[in-house]
Amino acid sequence: MEFKDYYKVMGVARDATEAQIKQAYRKLARKYHPDVSKEKDAEARFKEVGEAYEVLKSPERRAAYDQLGQGPRAGEEFRPPPDWGAGFEFSGAGPRESDYSDFFESLFGAQTRARPSDRRGAFHPGQGVDHHAKVLLDLDATLRGGARQLTLRVPEVDADGRLVSKERVLNVQVPKGILAGQNIRLAGQGERPPGEGTPGDLYIEVEFQPHPLYRVDGRDLFLDLPVAPWEAALGATVKTPTPTGTVDLKIPAGSHAGSKLRLRGRGIPASPPGDFYVILQIALPSADDDKAKAAYAAMAAALPFNPRANLGV
Amino acid sequence: MTSSEDQPLSGAILEQSALLTVKDLSRMCAVDERHIVDFVEEGVLHVVEIKSTEWYFRGEALRRTRLALRLERDLELNLAGVALALELMEELERLRRELQARRQ
Repeated sequence: MEFKDYYKVMGVARDATEAQIKQAYRKLARKYHPDVSKEKDAEARFKEVGEAYEVLKSPERRAAYDQLGQGPRAGEEFRPPPDWGAGFEFSGAGPRESDYSDFFESLFGAQTRARPSDRRGAFHPGQGVDHHAKVLLDLDATLRGGARQLTLRVPEVDADGRLVSKERVLNVQVPKGILAGQNIRLAGQGERPPGEGTPGDLYIEVEFQPHPLYRVDGRDLFLDLPVAPWEAALGATVKTPTPTGTVDLKIPAGSHAGSKLRLRGRGIPASPPGDFYVILQIALPSADDDKAKAAYAAMAAALPFNPRANLGV
Repeated sequence: MTSSEDQPLSGAILEQSALLTVKDLSRMCAVDERHIVDFVEEGVLHVVEIKSTEWYFRGEALRRTRLALRLERDLELNLAGVALALELMEELERLRRELQARRQ
């Protein structure tokens, strides 16, 4: 497996103080936290930083890690020495449930044994904990509703008593009209407590993949529709794609770039349903051949038009 | 165990269903009821109805609660910090949407 240079990940020197490490963590956590960060690979970086902090913030783990020295360079093949862990005592609460790298697991996996008190919410014996997952759906799933094969990551306590992230595939009927950020509640699909107990529930939070045509904002959908200059100026009826099928859309005369046409109730079929907005873009025919050039020249001659009038030129 | 051969699992949209109680949120997020009450007192969560001393939240409160808990845990924010962070994030989101709409 790959050796991880935790000092490099956190951007601190090998002799950094605990305070310096904490400060570095605070800064990086804020920068890469998936809920607040707009960075490209925020989630991966956040996990990486979290793992590095988990090791460097604990004097025992840090000491054990330092023992490995700087021998292997980051990325090189690595194996923990055979007497690894001998003589070290690790204490304290195990790290939070997380997807740790193989490197971390090989060195510190033994401590991530979940104890009964670690199971957050183990208040009621016999009551399974609720699980949460987030999925990325195609827009069509909410426009029409329908069954989807979802791959979820949920926390589980494995045979060794470790808290791990497990992959689970479920066939789920997506309710028509569900909005981004809303949850599908699957009763009884959460944690199954040992013995006889009530299983917890599973909540699946929904997000949408970008759609090739429509932009989503809450329950409303938006489409940029190119029209010819004469279609906008003189009005026209044009074929337009909508979430519920192609329609003949009436473009009012006197429309211009940015004109918004609203189709009430044709957005996401939530309750109440959202609206569908068509936003006009003027597309210019190219002036490639003589005929086109002549047509443009005629228009220029016939129409006194200064588009830059309000710029004072 | 995959259920791809079986009938698809069906569920309701939480945010369209009945209101949630403090006990519901506490169970769903695996935290003490006290924690939920603290969130209300700090203004992180908003109660929409009170019926004979029982507090009720809209379904949207689940997402907000989980977000607040993540900020507390991952960024080591205190309650006041979480409340402020959420307010600012909401404002940011509102501004982003307005900017997006004006671009049209």
